[in-house]
Amino acid sequence: MSQSPGKMSARNWDEFMEGIWRQNPVFVMVLGMCPTLAVTVSGVNALSMGLATTFVLVCSCGLVSLLRKLIPKEVRIATYIVIIATFVTVVDYVIQAVSLALYDALGAFIQLIVVNCIILGRAEAHASKNPPMAAMTNALGMGVGFTIGLLALGTVREILGAGSLFGISLFGADFQPWVIMVLPPGGFFVLGAWLLFFAALERRKQRKLAEATQNA
Amino acid sequence: MNSQAILPQTTPAAAMIRTLGLIAAICGLIIVAAYQGTYDAVQENKRIAVERAVFKVIPAAKSIVEYSALPAGGVEKIAAGATAPAGALKFYAGYDAGGELAGIAAEGAAKGYADTVRILFAYDLATSSISAFSVVAMRETPGIGDKILVDKDFLANFPLEAKVSTDLKALANAIVTVKHGSKTKPWEVDAISGATITSRAVGKAINDAAQALLPRVAPNLDKLKEKS
Amino acid sequence: MHESAAYIFVNALLANNFVLAMFLGLCPFLGVSGKLDTAFPMGVATTFVMLVASLCAYGLNLLLTAFQLEFLRLISYIVIIASSVQLVEMVLKKYSPALFRALGIYLPLITTNCAVLGVALFQTAREYDFVQSMAFSFGGGAGFTLALVLMASVRERLQLSDVPSVAQGTALSLMLAGILSLAFMGFAGLGG
Repeated sequence: MSQSPGKMSARNWDEFMEGIWRQNPVFVMVLGMCPTLAVTVSGVNALSMGLATTFVLVCSCGLVSLLRKLIPKEVRIATYIVIIATFVTVVDYVIQAVSLALYDALGAFIQLIVVNCIILGRAEAHASKNPPMAAMTNALGMGVGFTIGLLALGTVREILGAGSLFGISLFGADFQPWVIMVLPPGGFFVLGAWLLFFAALERRKQRKLAEATQNA
Repeated sequence: MNSQAILPQTTPAAAMIRTLGLIAAICGLIIVAAYQGTYDAVQENKRIAVERAVFKVIPAAKSIVEYSALPAGGVEKIAAGATAPAGALKFYAGYDAGGELAGIAAEGAAKGYADTVRILFAYDLATSSISAFSVVAMRETPGIGDKILVDKDFLANFPLEAKVSTDLKALANAIVTVKHGSKTKPWEVDAISGATITSRAVGKAINDAAQALLPRVAPNLDKLKEKS
Repeated sequence: MHESAAYIFVNALLANNFVLAMFLGLCPFLGVSGKLDTAFPMGVATTFVMLVASLCAYGLNLLLTAFQLEFLRLISYIVIIASSVQLVEMVLKKYSPALFRALGIYLPLITTNCAVLGVALFQTAREYDFVQSMAFSFGGGAGFTLALVLMASVRERLQLSDVPSVAQGTALSLMLAGILSLAFMGFAGLGG
């Protein structure tokens, strides 16, 4: 079965973009909430967590897709989890080797990537039914979308709660940080605010669309 | 329409076991490869972190030797990479440029506001006091709990008296955190007003660790004095 | 550390509530807390799995440390949790089919509940002994159930209120969770 190169790359691009906007794990599917709220107290932590999750996503989906014809139907979920746990263990050690400070900051949530619903969901819904290239491209898109979501939260919480961005102080020493933003309630509020923002945007788009069809 | 019913295909047990075994083998290989590949880097990182922390609390120290205080009494040097014997307490002896003992450091931990507060404290054997402490890991509230690092009055608690009792079973006076402004004894820790929980965690961490470690270390001063 | 089991229990239940302070178990918290009748059984089922997982994790950890196989910790924990959930499913199906049906898809989803794996990981990191681990997982599960029940009660009432349609759905649940979390911050230092 041959496909023209143009069509192939268009399909790959589609796979990639799905996770970034249409099916963004954080804002649309609202999955993987635990690390999203726990780790996003600063931009650096958010970015690191996003990258770690993306790595696990791509590798797990790749391996699941490669083995998809071999994995027995009855135990597929358990098998996916074992594969995901393997790559999370790898990421765990890699982060320790790179920076112990980052490892302490992310804490148990690195290992909790195993139960991030996004990865299991992707493996079950997509990687088990598609060839490796497509599976990994889609996983990459999801990972990038997840990272963007984390960054959206992390940067806002860091700016408001610590007056800095990626460690660089923005407002000088006299800034009174809104401490609640880097505490648990702040996480809930900021994510709620983002969802509200996107819902309002969507509402506006729908209204414009309705107006356009009425006037046409 | 098919006249034959299509039966759901169940995988035969042998094939399942073979495949699962294969997957387990692949995963096992990946994990072991990652563990071995990063082992040296991780150990080095840990060593650097410990060194930095000990140098911070014992400023005069130029080199560190790791020791373990055995439950039966006596101290034993821990070779690099070896594990301490069961029930032994780990501590670090810092030696200055001349090879003389500058102080010992040990870790302590206690529950703070958010999670465990892990600290490293330095003990000066000449004055029988805790000279300084630094935070190894904590998740306390920024701006409130993390004041223990910078609050001048809190830092003025140190040096903190920590004499071992005459029967060498515990500290002569337990280290306890008291309300801000009510410190009367040299072994009390004056809490930071508004950050009592984190202050109490520091006091408890030091007390729990010192009560267990110092009685074992005190009789072995001579062994520690010279850098072996 | 030398904390009493009672302190650990109360702490995990209130001051360091698994959902509202430690951000564990959020997916089911936002997903199942719509109705009180499903929220409470879900909480109980999760608590039970957490107890079993904690028990197994404690034993597994002893075994792995004895053989210096710490790098297999994560993978063995998750396999044990998946098996425990499978076990609970089978038991429920046999002894309480109505409940089994009511919980539906959410029962197998307990496997991916961060709270269950979180219990195992945290008790290992904090080096709790057996009694402390049991108190921790029981308190954590009870705290999860408490947060779930509170959330469900409020959400049921909110269905009768006039909420702007932009905010309805997950955004509202999150704002609610934020307020609950704020309230629970008042428990800080309890028992300690």
